[in-house]
Amino acid sequence: MSDPALTHTDPQPGLTGFVSDWSSDKTAFKTASWGKAMIWIFLLSDTFIFSCFLIAYMTVRMSTSEPWPNPSEVFALEIGGVHMPLILIAIMTFVLISSSGTMAMAVNFGYRRDRVKTTALMLLTAALGATFVGMQAFEWTKLISEGVRPWENPWGAPQFGSVFFMITGFHGTHVTIGVIFLLLMARKVWRGDFDTGKKGFFTSRKGRWEIVEITGLYWHFVDLVWVFIFALFYLW
Amino acid sequence: MSSETLAAPDAHAEGQQHPIRLYLIVWFWLFVLSACSYAVDLLQFQGYVRWGLILMLMLGKAGLIIAVFMHMAWERLALSYAILVPPVLVLIFVILMAFEADYTFFTRLEFFGASPTVPAPVVH
Repeated sequence: MSDPALTHTDPQPGLTGFVSDWSSDKTAFKTASWGKAMIWIFLLSDTFIFSCFLIAYMTVRMSTSEPWPNPSEVFALEIGGVHMPLILIAIMTFVLISSSGTMAMAVNFGYRRDRVKTTALMLLTAALGATFVGMQAFEWTKLISEGVRPWENPWGAPQFGSVFFMITGFHGTHVTIGVIFLLLMARKVWRGDFDTGKKGFFTSRKGRWEIVEITGLYWHFVDLVWVFIFALFYLW
Repeated sequence: MSSETLAAPDAHAEGQQHPIRLYLIVWFWLFVLSACSYAVDLLQFQGYVRWGLILMLMLGKAGLIIAVFMHMAWERLALSYAILVPPVLVLIFVILMAFEADYTFFTRLEFFGASPTVPAPVVH
């Protein structure tokens, strides 16, 4: 490290680092691998998609002259004779947050090369995700049987149905894809693909342990989107 | 030299190691904040108090998930800014559409004469 040119190109901290990284005419993301940079950029594009949905929801809700159905009552359940507003959505929220917690632990154990714990935690995450999708299917079934359609519902503004099915449907699809992805990666971890350098059937390239974190980033993003849907659609 | 020792420095460079305790603390707070969000509905807060609480709790949860679970707090600023600044610009889109929605609402009242009423009671 006696060469001054080398120390000059060492990553700088803070704002200076931000400017020099972006103006370095080569790798802008010094510490993130291509896989991590790409999943982040994908998540950014997905953020725009969900932003469009939520903004569309805001627009139709603000512009309708008919009353908006009260979500607190629409999503209420009778459990053991007790009327509980929004209870199903609350449980779904806790299930998804728990799955995010188990996923964070899986990533942590992944970097410690602990195959058994990583696999177990990824499978647990997938199970919680599948539970979430199951509860969503129950919710859809209940609303459809009560007469909610994308073009009408018994309680007020017809836009309610279209917004509900579009936003929760798109989110549920993301969760489903996440569950499938988790199961595939858990199998690879369990088999020890990342230790033996076994080539993937799809990419024909050696996988790396980092894929656990990349799967995790996608999963946390799905949880993140739910935070916004829960606040803006169900609570508002 | 075995391949194990050769792989070790690379392994150290690619991963992030944080104590499990940190994840458990964040997990706990996410539960607390979610419970608070649900309480906002249960306790029937209305108006600006409700909106303020909902938005604050939402941003708190989102911040915890992004910063700790997604490790954004430990990434270099070059990556953080590239990912976090564009969604903030979406707020301009939100403002534009709010104006648009207001205008549509106004024209509906003006030309169709419908007026907002109390939502129909929900009967399951």
